[in-house]
Amino acid sequence: MTDTIRFTLNGTPVTLETDANRTLLWVLRTDLELTGTKYGCGVGICGSCTVVVDGQAVPACQINLTFVQGREVMTIEGLAQNGKLHRIQQAFHELGGFQCGYCTPGMIMNAYALLLEHPRPTREQIVEGMERNLCRCGAHKRIVDAIEEASHA
Amino acid sequence: MPDATPTSIDRREFVQWLGGGILVVVNLPMTSVLSPREGAQRRQRGYPEDINAYLHIAGDGSVTLYSGKIEMGQGIMTSLTQEAAEELGVALDTIRIVMGDTDNCPWDMGTFGSLTTRMFGPAVRAAAAQARLVLTDLAAQRLGAPRSSLTVENGVVYVTRDRSRHVSYGELARGERITHTLNERAVLRAVEEFAVMNRSPRRLDGHEKVTGEAKYAGDIRRPGMLYARILRPPSHGASLTRVDTAAARAMRGVTVVNEDGFVAVLAADPETAEQALALVDAQFDLPAPKVDTESIFDHLVRVAPTPDTPEREGDLAAGRRRSVKMFDATYYNSYVAHAPMEPHSAVAEIANGKATVWSSTQAPFSQQETIARAIGFRPEAVRVITPYVGGGFGGKVPGQQAVEAARLAKITGKPVQVCWTRAEEFFYDTFRPAAVIKVSSGIDAAGRVVLWDYQVYGAGSRGSDVFYDIANRSVRVYGEWRGAPRGMHPFAVGAWRAPAANSNRFAAEQQIDMMAAAAGVDPLAFRLKNTKDERMIAVLEAVGTASGWEPAVTPQRTGRGRGVACGIDAETYVALAADVTVDSATGAVTVERVVCAQDMGLVVNPDGARMQMEGCIAMGLGYVFSEEVSFEGGTVLDTNFDTYGLPRFSWMPKIETVTVPNNHLPPKGGGEPAIINMGAVVANAIFDATGARVYRLPMTRERVLEAMGSLE
Repeated sequence: MTDTIRFTLNGTPVTLETDANRTLLWVLRTDLELTGTKYGCGVGICGSCTVVVDGQAVPACQINLTFVQGREVMTIEGLAQNGKLHRIQQAFHELGGFQCGYCTPGMIMNAYALLLEHPRPTREQIVEGMERNLCRCGAHKRIVDAIEEASHA
Repeated sequence: MPDATPTSIDRREFVQWLGGGILVVVNLPMTSVLSPREGAQRRQRGYPEDINAYLHIAGDGSVTLYSGKIEMGQGIMTSLTQEAAEELGVALDTIRIVMGDTDNCPWDMGTFGSLTTRMFGPAVRAAAAQARLVLTDLAAQRLGAPRSSLTVENGVVYVTRDRSRHVSYGELARGERITHTLNERAVLRAVEEFAVMNRSPRRLDGHEKVTGEAKYAGDIRRPGMLYARILRPPSHGASLTRVDTAAARAMRGVTVVNEDGFVAVLAADPETAEQALALVDAQFDLPAPKVDTESIFDHLVRVAPTPDTPEREGDLAAGRRRSVKMFDATYYNSYVAHAPMEPHSAVAEIANGKATVWSSTQAPFSQQETIARAIGFRPEAVRVITPYVGGGFGGKVPGQQAVEAARLAKITGKPVQVCWTRAEEFFYDTFRPAAVIKVSSGIDAAGRVVLWDYQVYGAGSRGSDVFYDIANRSVRVYGEWRGAPRGMHPFAVGAWRAPAANSNRFAAEQQIDMMAAAAGVDPLAFRLKNTKDERMIAVLEAVGTASGWEPAVTPQRTGRGRGVACGIDAETYVALAADVTVDSATGAVTVERVVCAQDMGLVVNPDGARMQMEGCIAMGLGYVFSEEVSFEGGTVLDTNFDTYGLPRFSWMPKIETVTVPNNHLPPKGGGEPAIINMGAVVANAIFDATGARVYRLPMTRERVLEAMGSLE
């Protein structure tokens, strides 16, 4: 079945003629070739595929195109503006808030939504806000440092 | 870049392919770098035995370093480039590094064992230092001045006394088509001269990783590429008895493959492939389960092969006679998954008789061979390219997913992507083996350890070596993780970050702690008293200072506890101290603080080294508290992170890291050492807090409560 799906992706209007039941994660990664959003668990519990929809962090593996119809979707590719890193990206880079980098886009997008909600979070709020995102390399300490740094930038 | 390069590297052809310039190859005496097995492998493969690094200087002055190693988060893209930049005398951003590409990089066994910095690093430094010599010689001719009168700064050679006379590396390389193989050993730069090494520039992979531009194998897109899903058995050892793919075949745009029970469905997008797989009707014969999560330990001891005895000194009977107190304990740990955030992924494409495979792998060259065998190609007709790898930890060595992608590309004639689901990742992981460790030890009246009788089943030998000064000792190893007897483990096992060492240190450092408590000696003082190894003494003293250790006899039983543990891994010495609190009602343990002191020789990138220590401590909390693969026979019951819990942000202690300066020693391993003591340091702190010893990993709340209950 083909539906017409319209939403804003990283500030640009997008129109897709496809099945509205398709999962956002796979549409991003295949049709739109935005591979920064990663598959990690497929059931919405690892945070690797986190994107921001209307200011809220959501797992892209758990939402379909109907959900994003008419909304604003932001992925990791939309964060830097004119080649200038967003302050969260800058802080992750400077403080080494990543190792293998695979969970990093999801971490950064979740942090982005977190800072929208709490522009000056306490460390406890950062930990609580990031709790559902998994990192296997163990960059947790520096990720919290980076988000704290970004909130002061 | 041109697509095809000679695989058997002819140096002259190679430099021509590079478009001129200067290629420096290193032929360090390989005995120190390669084991005989590796040397033989390399010869068989037609790769030059005597080359372990290439460095190319182009006519525009840009430098490319070719390395068979791969970047999976450990930061070697940066540290290897630092080493090359330092010795060559150029700025860090002048150098591009090409990694893990079997067509362009020198043969490499694989990225594991914390070998990159201690084994490959010296080759890179030698290559760069020799390149500097070649370039300085060319400059000497060009400038008409002897080599000794020249200095190099940022890729420009100057006459030291007249800096108006200079020539850049690019000018020297321009128009050249030369390959240099120098046997003269160039003098490496001294620590005092370092401008790039022993410093912490931002990671070179950072920009790509924070912008989402970093490509992993599953991010590769090829024209006409199909996404594959493969029919999997429900259990290891199961056999397919019947399969009906008609319904999947009937789906539009779906290709079905069935080659001798290798059943796959392929489609232009992953969701269609997933739906098609759900329509495949298959039946399997399952073998009756013989072992499970609980019975595995008796099984391991029962089927254990005859032991190797890496250590036997003195006389155990004499040790028993001299002991005034004896200690017998048995330690256990379950199977643990690697669980990298990136599941195994690969894309394979076959064109003009050549297969190109992008694979998330720690071992591109062995992968090349495995793929070639599976699809009936010569190894030279297979090129493995390794993009960024999203975590490996020892789990991305076998490369089954790349073989599957290559087979499907051959069968379908189209580029094919195989990315495992999380359930497949848990099913086909090569787990860290379950283990049983039995220790019998004793102390004399003076509180000196006089007996050490150590037996390890299942885990392997690494980390079982005795650095304490014990006259009567024996270590027996009943099976290594590599080459375990058939039937010992119900599924594949393999290397897991510091293989065997996590199990062995969990046992050994608790046993030491137990003796310290019985002797009425502070556990840190007890360790210092029982070793003469100076590097160990230095890290123990450093961790004591950094943690503000105040001597006390354990257990203090206040609900708060403090532990210490130490070990040697990848030639690096490491000591940890941890503070915990234990909730006596629930058994919940909170690790408040971990201090790590490490002597890893000369440190190439201090911040990178700290990142690895922090990562070891954070990752280690998983196997300490929650990680344990549940299974019944060959059926793996964990399929995702809902039941298999990884460490989370709220678990993180305050982490402090200290490197003990040891610049006269060449760089040693950094990716693994700090994780090996995590089990014991926490167990020892729990003992101090409660008086209870937990003998089994992971130390779940239930097991902590049970241990506390057994005190009453």
